[in-house]
Amino acid sequence: MTRRTAPTLREQALPVAVVLAAVLLLWYGGAVGLNAQGAIERVLTPRGTAYGWQELVATTWAMERPVLPAPHQVLADLRESLFDFPLDSPRNLLYHAAVTAQSTLLGFVLGTLLGVVLAAAIVHSRTLDRALLPWIVASQTVPVLAIAPIVLVILGSLGFSGLAPKAAIAMYLCFFPVTVAMVQGLRAPQRIETELMHTYAASRLQAFWLLRLPSALPYLFPSLRVAIAAGVVGAMVAELPTGAQAGLGARLLTGSYYGNTVGIWSALVMSALLGLALTGAVAALERLVLARRNQA
Amino acid sequence: MSGQATRGAPWWLALAIALTAAAGLCLLMPEPGSFDDGTVPWAWRLALLAVLGLAGWSVQRVAALDGRRWHGTATAALFGLWVLYVWQVGVTLFDVPRVLLPAPSWIAGMLVDRWDTLAADFVQTVGKSVLIGWALGSGLGFAVGVAIDRAPFLQRGLLPLASLTSTVPLVAVAPIMVMWFGFEWPSKAAVVVLMTFFPMLISTLAGLQAAGKLELELMHSYAAGYGRTLRDLRLPMAMPFIFSALKVNATLALIGAIVAEFFGSPTVGLGFRISTEAARMNVGLVWAAIVVAAVTGSLAYALLVQLERKVAFWHPSVRSR
Repeated sequence: MTRRTAPTLREQALPVAVVLAAVLLLWYGGAVGLNAQGAIERVLTPRGTAYGWQELVATTWAMERPVLPAPHQVLADLRESLFDFPLDSPRNLLYHAAVTAQSTLLGFVLGTLLGVVLAAAIVHSRTLDRALLPWIVASQTVPVLAIAPIVLVILGSLGFSGLAPKAAIAMYLCFFPVTVAMVQGLRAPQRIETELMHTYAASRLQAFWLLRLPSALPYLFPSLRVAIAAGVVGAMVAELPTGAQAGLGARLLTGSYYGNTVGIWSALVMSALLGLALTGAVAALERLVLARRNQA
Repeated sequence: MSGQATRGAPWWLALAIALTAAAGLCLLMPEPGSFDDGTVPWAWRLALLAVLGLAGWSVQRVAALDGRRWHGTATAALFGLWVLYVWQVGVTLFDVPRVLLPAPSWIAGMLVDRWDTLAADFVQTVGKSVLIGWALGSGLGFAVGVAIDRAPFLQRGLLPLASLTSTVPLVAVAPIMVMWFGFEWPSKAAVVVLMTFFPMLISTLAGLQAAGKLELELMHSYAAGYGRTLRDLRLPMAMPFIFSALKVNATLALIGAIVAEFFGSPTVGLGFRISTEAARMNVGLVWAAIVVAAVTGSLAYALLVQLERKVAFWHPSVRSR
């Protein structure tokens, strides 16, 4: 508490490494504990010969359908699916990740546009501010994903299928955080600054471009990170009720149908990587834009 | 913009309401599909346009009101009512297929007709999975936060990983949890625990750091020990952080439980109802289940806000509201 400055990389790296090692250790231990019963029943007892504890541990880490696969099993499955199949093969996880990323990104772009336009309208209209904004805020307390199946049904009966419904749900999840943050950001300029624009006889449009929008950027980007993470969840969940053939969500569902535990875990790891990659991309964009702005 | 603000004279409000009622009675008269060739007569279209104009005008006038605290709420409420009203009238007039957009009255009817089904779903999803998972996840996050507050090493190791989890679609663990804990509510509660744990951990740690240096030194000069400082200064200071995590977690818990039910569940539960009835095109019941989930989420949020006012009434962030 004495020091609030951000710790340096070196101060950070060791603790993170230790915690990660502890997680790995727990994981391996958990794999032994959770798989032991199955290993004894399905592999070791039918064989008939006696077995020692080393053999038991080795078996629990190499089960075909483990309760909890060991980390190296998940890694092996990931590596196999990433490198042993061509990129456009449905057995390659990158292909599924790309399918999910496609609907996420489309939804994210549309959602951001919608959020920014809505926020600009709300900031300039007292009526919208009072009538619409409370509903937008209240809708955040509603489990938005519950609406996913119904959106799919509606769009499906209108003849939209494939990418559009999934992007619509991702968009639906993306625009809330953007709208709320942009309203806050567009209102961030001080009164004295808006009055200065007024004395320059700047039009509303000019005030928006030159004053409001730049001051809203620091608010916009954190909300974009939240939005794209939410968009990934939306795109994955949207793949569940459509019976989609491709995408990480569909992969999870088929994995759980066929009891392919290792497959579920590698899809899970892949979705985590996708979430991290997309958030990282937005963060990099943020650094690029804000750095240029600070130089100017 | 503030120039539009008007004082008093809400006579036109009464007028707007009267006109609404009258127009509503007129417009609700035709039965769905009563225009045999499917086209809506011009009179009806004009009437609908007039109602839309009336709606826009009345909302604008109420929004221009200034002064009283309830004026903002009234605007939002009026807008909501108008949306419901135009929705109902539009769906009836233009005979929109129920699959596309069911009329609010039909959804309300479904809520009444199938309330026993929905009540059972509510008990299953909210009463068991959400409540237990939310309490466990938030409680664990809080306990771990307080426990590792004194270990900067652990904090530095755990915090980056905990904040990384916000970019990971944690809902995706649902199939694994179903595999481990079965189809019943424990698997859903487990998903909820996992989803709510990290936000609470991060908020608790941030909240415990919120006490100012001056206050801490004052406690020190009173010879207050760690436990005393924690109880009398730092935990109260952390309350706004903890409540914001509780509020976020309430929504996350509902989402987690509902989505986890998409991956396999007993034949009861809001998520099960939504996914199966959507697949059977029984849209009315889906919307009714969504209404139940939405009302639950909003009520939980409102309850937590009230509780926060009771607990952290002294905090500037609460007092400014």
